[in-house]
Amino acid sequence: MATKVDQVVIRFAGDSGDGMQLIGTQFTNTTALAGNDLATFPDYPAEIRAPAGTREGVSGFQVHFASKSIYTPGDVADVLIAMNPAALVTNLTNLRPGGLIVANTDSFDARDLQKARLDVDPRTDGSLDNFRLVEAPIAQLTKAAVAPHGVSAKDAERCKNFFALGMMYWLYTRDMSQTLDFINKKFKSPYKEANVAAVQAGHAFAETIELFAGENVEVAPAALQKGSYRNIMGNHATALGLAAAAVKAGKPLFYGSYPITPATDILQHLASLKNFGITTYQAEDEIAAVCATIGASYGGSIAVTGTSGPGLALKGEALGLAVMTELPLIVVNVQRGGPSTGLPTKTEQADLNMAMFGRNGESPMAIIAPRSPADCFEVAFEAVRIATKYMVPVMILSDGYVANGAEPWRLPDVDSLPAINITYRTEAEGYLPYGRNPNTLARDWVVPGTPGLEHRIGGLEKDEAGDVCYVPENHEKMCALREEKVMRVQQDIPETVVEGASSGLLLVTWGSTYGAVKTAVDAATAEGRQVAHVHLRWLNPLPADLGDVLRRYDEVVVPEMNRGQLVRMLRHEYLVDAKPLSKVQGLPFTTIEVKAAIDARTTLAATAK
Amino acid sequence: MSATLNYTKKDFGNDHMVRWCPGCGDYSILNTVQTAFAKMNIPKENFAVISGIGCSSRFPYYMGTYGFHTIHGRAPAIASGLKATRPELSVWVITGDGDCMSIGGNHFIHTLRRNMDINILLFNNRIYGLTKGQYSPTSEMGKKTKTSPMGSIDYPFNPLTLALGAGGTFVARSVDIMGPHLQGILMQSEQHKGTAFVEIFQNCVIFNDGVFDPVREKKARDGNLLELVAGQPMYVGSDKKRGMIMEGARLQVVDIDDTHTEADLCVHDPANANQAMALAMLEYPEPTPIGVLYQSEKPSYDSMFTQQVDTARERLGWGDLKNLVHGRDSWQVK
Repeated sequence: MATKVDQVVIRFAGDSGDGMQLIGTQFTNTTALAGNDLATFPDYPAEIRAPAGTREGVSGFQVHFASKSIYTPGDVADVLIAMNPAALVTNLTNLRPGGLIVANTDSFDARDLQKARLDVDPRTDGSLDNFRLVEAPIAQLTKAAVAPHGVSAKDAERCKNFFALGMMYWLYTRDMSQTLDFINKKFKSPYKEANVAAVQAGHAFAETIELFAGENVEVAPAALQKGSYRNIMGNHATALGLAAAAVKAGKPLFYGSYPITPATDILQHLASLKNFGITTYQAEDEIAAVCATIGASYGGSIAVTGTSGPGLALKGEALGLAVMTELPLIVVNVQRGGPSTGLPTKTEQADLNMAMFGRNGESPMAIIAPRSPADCFEVAFEAVRIATKYMVPVMILSDGYVANGAEPWRLPDVDSLPAINITYRTEAEGYLPYGRNPNTLARDWVVPGTPGLEHRIGGLEKDEAGDVCYVPENHEKMCALREEKVMRVQQDIPETVVEGASSGLLLVTWGSTYGAVKTAVDAATAEGRQVAHVHLRWLNPLPADLGDVLRRYDEVVVPEMNRGQLVRMLRHEYLVDAKPLSKVQGLPFTTIEVKAAIDARTTLAATAK
Repeated sequence: MSATLNYTKKDFGNDHMVRWCPGCGDYSILNTVQTAFAKMNIPKENFAVISGIGCSSRFPYYMGTYGFHTIHGRAPAIASGLKATRPELSVWVITGDGDCMSIGGNHFIHTLRRNMDINILLFNNRIYGLTKGQYSPTSEMGKKTKTSPMGSIDYPFNPLTLALGAGGTFVARSVDIMGPHLQGILMQSEQHKGTAFVEIFQNCVIFNDGVFDPVREKKARDGNLLELVAGQPMYVGSDKKRGMIMEGARLQVVDIDDTHTEADLCVHDPANANQAMALAMLEYPEPTPIGVLYQSEKPSYDSMFTQQVDTARERLGWGDLKNLVHGRDSWQVK
């Protein structure tokens, strides 16, 4: 009989070449189909293949699955699969006391220890005493299992990730058929047969040996809301949101980009959607990418450029041109650790200042941020809707954590997605290039090829008639108009939702910190602590009612993966004494960290006066 | 060809005051471009004139077409995005030697490499004019300017060899004040399917006056110009007393006399890449070639860009959003 638990966190860790991301994804997909709620966290180095066996080369994949709603990939793992000593020692801090370690003992000889910079074998020095260690000669067993299929010794050993996956499938009573289908589609003979043999052997090994004492664990399906679901990663959801917006608008979508971690997946996903009228342009550099996108917008396409921080820095001048010419543009910035090249594969939220202020002159831009992988869909869709409605550039501030993380996504009914109405002006009578819709302040979108509306736009300041204008009062008026136009987006921002207490401590979040903070606030609320949570989807403009909400609380704390960027905006905007809760480690907040910050500022209900 | 559109030069102007310095070579180029556009039999609304930053880049403001005055060096990139998505438009990039060869060098070479079907008119005056007289990437070595008081130590670019080296499929040169010649080149440029690059020698009357005198001055021009005509022998000057022969891989100027006759002269073949490179490498005081140095055909980026969308739709049908959103691995929660 399997033991029932309500949630489990597994961390797969091995060399960058060991296929940890692959089996992590396989376990995730299988778990999604089993009906659990889940969240994942891939954690890998920037180098494609750092020297084998070193700490620098360790690639990890964490998956959290549960029979209840969850919002993070888990603070600490219950199980660590360590394919070598480096993977073991670098991930021990992520394992809960009493947690299970499954170690591939074939990679623990003197040389392996040396590569991991270990003087003694951690299995013998007492450092694993607080954990349950299961030793398995994974490489040897894999070789034996795949021997009948005639692959080379080297290739046979490469199947060991599937062996480890098979063990986890038994341990967590998962159905292997999804993975077997995947292997059959993905690999050719004899690798297909070899990998199938490996996963089955791992499963059988786990069942047979005494290591797990014949006990496995079951996590029942979560009580998810009725509907259709799929497991989705953030970057994929962004691509789908853009595609959905293009279909809903009935207009072609152009995505101009230059490969950059961690945004490249969006370009790759969109490149295969040409039959949706979606085109992708891999430009010669970041500047060309945004400029070609501006050209496509000028021509009437839904125009999107995607990048990460360093690329956004390069695009700054061109974004100012889009602001000045009031052309709709969507900029996806999948943030990573900075400054400079920083931490390319690690997450951070430190580009908010650049999004707000990173252009010359008074150059306001609408900014929206997704809170989770699935939320990227809605955010991308909304960004297109707003950009084309108000004729403004909109920046999406995603980050590596949501971009590469995955969760079950309750699929929208595509027929009931909001309409995106785009009309190009064709009426010549009374046309002014910078004439405006009184409600949105949008100027008309007139595309080249329209007879009788030939006009000139550009980066020089213009008057309403579209003529270059250096009149001092006109420049001031136009600056104010461009600012007001972005502020008018408030009309499309719903009332701020406050979760939790109506006074006391308020935590304000944006972007991917949502999950950890929601989980911590829920836990603290359950303890009777007076704490509330507001999550902001729009960063510019901020919701119209936000100031009133903030002022209702005794204390406002803003957890951010930066040195305090939103908190500075809130202090400036509302004159509230908001405090930062900062983390810049290239890692998301854990629930424990946020909970500790709440605990330090609140009292338990029982002791509260 | 469809019904002829009866445009005149005036249709391609507007009522804006032109604000170049009196005597600037840009005036005659503007005049010639407007005249040429009127003759191209393209609906006026289908022209888009895109520029970067610099004196020449004010050009779109003086045209009666759609125009976009963009940012420094980026016009080819913006024009590429426009042309890729709107291939029916006739897209013209107006740029200068600083804009195109310096800050925009990367976009220039990659646009040529892709063979995007746009026209790039480089107004080369070998100086930064709008910033009031600093040496540019096409300024000659040793040139004294405000930023090179002891003479420039930057080796210059040769825009023609650069364009050829970047894979250009239409590489031509003309001169600002040679209206009929320039007009002829522009007409050919428009007809070319792929990136058409035209270097136009342009005199900056304020900061670099006379830099092209050997080509622009009537007398010198007669002696020095090598006007290229496809299929014709390469004569130098209007009196046909000299011409070009090929010596090894280099073109050599010779007198037409008892030793060399017309039969010895190179015949201009715009499809010959080696000959085009030899022509492009001629530097004053060698004869100065003008005309279409090189032209070849290969599919343009925008045509293939559009073709891939059509092919995808033939193979897969029009995309279905519901199927896309659901993917292959969705499941039901009841």
